[in-house]
Amino acid sequence: MKLTLWTYEGPPHVGAMRVATGMKGLHYVLHAPQGDTYADLLFTMIERRDHRPPVTYTTFQARDLGGDTATLFKTACQDAVTRFAPEALIVGASCTAELIQDDPAGLAESMDLGIPVIPLDLPSYQRKEGFGTDETFLQIVRHLAKPTPRTAHITANLIGPTALGFRHRDDIVEITRLLADMGIAVNVCAPMGARPSDIARMGAAHFNVLMYPEHAESAARWLEANFKQPYTKSVPIGVGATHDFLAEVAQITGLPVTADTSRLRLPWWTRSVDSTYLTGKRVFIFGDGTHVAAAARIARDEMGFEVAGLGCFNREMARPIRALAKDYGVEALITDDYLEVEAAIAALHPEMILGTQMERHIGKRLGIPCAVISAPVHVQDFPARYSPQMGWEGANVIFDTWVHPLVMGLEEHLLHMFRDDFEFHDEAGASHHGGQHIARPVAAEAAPAAAIDAGSMPAEIAPVVEEATSSNLIWLSDAENELRKIPFFVRGKARRNTEKFAQGKGLTSISVETLYEAKAHYAR
Amino acid sequence: MTGALPSLGCSNTSVLKERGQREVFCGLTGIIWLHRKMQDAFFLVVGSRTCAHLLQSAAGVMIFAEPRFGTAILEEKDLAGLVDAQTELDREVSRLLSRRPDIRQLFLVGSCPSEVIKLDLHRAAERMSAAHAPHVRVLNYSGSGIETTFTQGEDACLAAMVPALAQTDARELLLVGALPDVVEDQALALLAAMGIKNVRCLPARRSADAPQVGENTVFALVQPFLGDTHAALLRRGARHIPAPFPFGAEGTTLWLQAIATEFGVPQAVFDAVTAAPRARAEKAIAAARQTLDAKSIFFFPDSQLEIPLARFLTRECGMTALEVGTPFLHRDLLAPELALLAEGPVISEGQDVDKQLARARTARADLTVCGLGLANPLEAEGMATKWAIELVFTPVHFYEQAGDLAALFARPLRRRALLAPLAPRMEAAE
Repeated sequence: MKLTLWTYEGPPHVGAMRVATGMKGLHYVLHAPQGDTYADLLFTMIERRDHRPPVTYTTFQARDLGGDTATLFKTACQDAVTRFAPEALIVGASCTAELIQDDPAGLAESMDLGIPVIPLDLPSYQRKEGFGTDETFLQIVRHLAKPTPRTAHITANLIGPTALGFRHRDDIVEITRLLADMGIAVNVCAPMGARPSDIARMGAAHFNVLMYPEHAESAARWLEANFKQPYTKSVPIGVGATHDFLAEVAQITGLPVTADTSRLRLPWWTRSVDSTYLTGKRVFIFGDGTHVAAAARIARDEMGFEVAGLGCFNREMARPIRALAKDYGVEALITDDYLEVEAAIAALHPEMILGTQMERHIGKRLGIPCAVISAPVHVQDFPARYSPQMGWEGANVIFDTWVHPLVMGLEEHLLHMFRDDFEFHDEAGASHHGGQHIARPVAAEAAPAAAIDAGSMPAEIAPVVEEATSSNLIWLSDAENELRKIPFFVRGKARRNTEKFAQGKGLTSISVETLYEAKAHYAR
Repeated sequence: MTGALPSLGCSNTSVLKERGQREVFCGLTGIIWLHRKMQDAFFLVVGSRTCAHLLQSAAGVMIFAEPRFGTAILEEKDLAGLVDAQTELDREVSRLLSRRPDIRQLFLVGSCPSEVIKLDLHRAAERMSAAHAPHVRVLNYSGSGIETTFTQGEDACLAAMVPALAQTDARELLLVGALPDVVEDQALALLAAMGIKNVRCLPARRSADAPQVGENTVFALVQPFLGDTHAALLRRGARHIPAPFPFGAEGTTLWLQAIATEFGVPQAVFDAVTAAPRARAEKAIAAARQTLDAKSIFFFPDSQLEIPLARFLTRECGMTALEVGTPFLHRDLLAPELALLAEGPVISEGQDVDKQLARARTARADLTVCGLGLANPLEAEGMATKWAIELVFTPVHFYEQAGDLAALFARPLRRRALLAPLAPRMEAAE
């Protein structure tokens, strides 16, 4: 048993729902107790879908457990086929039904429903949502894809986008456009938007674009082994990664790289002088493996940040993320425990967090700006406007999204210049953070206002940022006062650097001298 | 308005009972509001990742505020008998209690997986109560989907508390059901103004203020979904004061009247105390009534509040009920409500969601009350909806909230009218 409050991933049957809901003409019969329909609202509310997810729940109750749950399941299958007339059915069990062992696969097969029935085996007590999407899509492809002659023109399948995916909707558009620029058409995009009959003709494509390894790597491998379709290994998030992706596509297809970068603005934006202040901003990156790897490269090579730490919650990606972290000279954090993530962030004092919905709240708590780069996300990250992460427009979107929570160059400069001015004191925070202006408190010590954002958090301020990180070091009061004059958004870094410097010198106390010696030491 | 007693209303209306797929929450969801009410309690669900995911989805941003609930997620080794699940549970609870010394009551909440593997949480609670006495009392109940629907989780929780309440011979009034503090304070103030003293609440805000119960206790329910708690209190010798539920000006007056009669409050005192707030409530309702009058309403089952709310909306806001669905119909507790509800609507208990959706589409009520899984899909079909869960989380009981309650139903209709200029294009796109 493990005590949990917040989970980065749902159970695997939610992953299967994401595949089913992304597709059309497919229905999912889920052997599940009353209440498991809660997952419907993820799709109707967070993703704002205008249809119910194509899922029928058997809704067994305590009184059914005597023995007729199998009948209940068969009735549900029959009703679903009659009512929704799907082209194919996927069947499986949720965590409770897994315990009562009704064998949905055997039951459904014995019914002769006249359409393909795809059984799912999703071990709820071992695996999670990401596994559920990947395994469900693999089973659908295995059961439905048929050997087909290749299309006359070069075409590709886009695989991996699902319902409830972070920016999947717009990434599809962007990738379709990138491929079109090279003269490549899309054969099938799946699971999102595909019908079972579309899955059947996936074999006609010349290669596969694996958009999200978390959701379709198994299917990509199966198609490679069985239909001899190579698949792309680069995920085109960021300018460099998009160039790599196009080069990979060129290599697979023999076509020359044709890229219309006329709408790409990130490279100029990051070179413009206002971005100089982004140099060396220390960022902490957390999310699903794919988005973390992409974000790390953009952060270091395209934005000029320093990657202070990175990690992922899905252990399926643990190996590549560990290798990546080594590349960046940091320790990878592979965990699905948000308390560990919070502790890591508090210890590293980053100036910015790139993460999930959860890290957004950790950032709010610690007073650190945060941008969202990965699921799980809340309703505001399923925007109405076009906002891909992939390709050229994705790079533009990422630049804006990441820079927005930071104090921009000019503003940071002004804040620094006027830091003793009555309106630009530490607690005032940045003008665009949405918090109310807070007048300089008369009493010397007030809670840092940045964390009392106008959000949902109660106004309990975690003291983590201001706490000394090493217990054996004493800050002399003069040094403490001098430290307080440093703007709040760099103070954590200054404190940490000074302490590191002092420890290196074997000092036991920190004076004003030490503070400035450390500043000189770390000057860049 | 309440003058002449109406005919039997829906008292003898036959109920459409359905079984099939149910688009409802399980009882675990009750934890979301119960833990806000009971300030030194912690709710530990023993369940699966699905249970944790449900609580996370239902709690929304609350999950980030260190709430006093959590899930002990069963792992493969707990199921395979590789470890003793009871020992594992003891370990998790000891860790939890050592980290949270402010906790005085711990609820072990059963889920579908824990019920199916027959993990004995009752025995666990007794063992832990002994181990952590006197600082912490450990109780257990089931919030599983196989046994409870949505608000029934609160019923199961309160019913589990009743046997543990201390014995008293005092003549006390017990208000049963978790209300937002602001609403509870209003109710207590009204009763105090009538001279009714010794009023206690179940649940109390803190465990030290837990009510006592005995032969001379009388109790009134503020929520309709408390059937098991009702039965548990009767077993302790307490007596129930039947009344309609305190929604709207009329419901609140009738509820207070039943208690006033029980305690022999003179009519003049009752009128003096209730006149002003009642007039205020009626005025506030009138504002929303302009939108709601002569509109039809269809209720999908969700919380068991449906019948009292249909009574309020039809009698005080001029609406017509077409179907009133409820997950569970306690005939005894709802008799006063059914008598007030004019004949006409289909009253349904349970659900077969696809069949009920077909009825809702045929009825095409002006307003359809349903869960979040159905609301947007029905809006996309051109039907105005009011999502039901808000009715459980928003203060809606008693006089001062009567206007807010009516406004909850009026708002989607007003919004629809406001956005009407955009609507034709939307429908053309379908």
